[in-house]
Amino acid sequence: MAVEWYLVLSALLFATGAAGLLIRRNPLVILLCLELMLNAGNLALLAFARSLGNADGQIFALVVMVVAACEVVIGLGLIVAMYRRRIPLNVDDMRGLRG
Amino acid sequence: MVQIAFFAGALGALGGAIAVIALRNPFYSVLALIVHLVSLAGLFLLLHAEFVAAAQIVVYAGAIVVLYVFVAAYVGGVEEPLWEPIPGQRVLAPLFAAGLFVVISIAVLGTGLAALGERGPEISPGFGSPEEIGVLLLERFLLVFEVVSLLLLVAAVAAVVLAGRRRGDDELAPAGAGREAGDAGGVG
Repeated sequence: MAVEWYLVLSALLFATGAAGLLIRRNPLVILLCLELMLNAGNLALLAFARSLGNADGQIFALVVMVVAACEVVIGLGLIVAMYRRRIPLNVDDMRGLRG
Repeated sequence: MVQIAFFAGALGALGGAIAVIALRNPFYSVLALIVHLVSLAGLFLLLHAEFVAAAQIVVYAGAIVVLYVFVAAYVGGVEEPLWEPIPGQRVLAPLFAAGLFVVISIAVLGTGLAALGERGPEISPGFGSPEEIGVLLLERFLLVFEVVSLLLLVAAVAAVVLAGRRRGDDELAPAGAGREAGDAGGVG
């Protein structure tokens, strides 16, 4: 398979994640959509690593996975803290900073 | 054969992604993410990234999804209100995403990538194996490896600080909830 197929699939997955990020309002689902986008980036990195015959891209993909794990840990910690303080789990209700 | 495997993986990954954003219950979204991640691991195998595929299954489907499942079960199914603060959000967001896809596709396909050829370069049998990844991580990318491990440590400490129960949380709660509701009402 040519590398373009993987890149177009990666773009499609990234756009799906971006759409979910804009549509959904539950912070848990927004974190899931971030995962989708990071994985789309990983797919592109690995496709390029294969097409160039160079394993550096695979190291990059592993680093992206670690960063995704950190982001999940922080995000889920924030969600649990919000739930404990009985703040509604809806990003549109969080307007304390007038965002 | 490779084409069949690619399209099966692509179908699974795309279907999982769409299910993640379309299902109303966050718990089902997490389950759909597992389908997406496993299909993507299959695609990684097609790209000769065996170690990354294994890490994807172990780290994502094993650890991260379990974390999501626990939090989704703890928080409970939160139904999203139908009230829209931004008019037309549900129409504009897919349009924006479609535009993003078109732009990225033009950027990708408009370059000279076709010159790379259909099969790509010949790769050594050990490409993407744990040996090669380990040698690269501990020799060429040692600094990256250490920085990433520091990042993980910071994230672990931050999670404990964020989610830990503090004294005064429960007394604070009604006032905090009231303030939040007042804010939302005042702005909306």
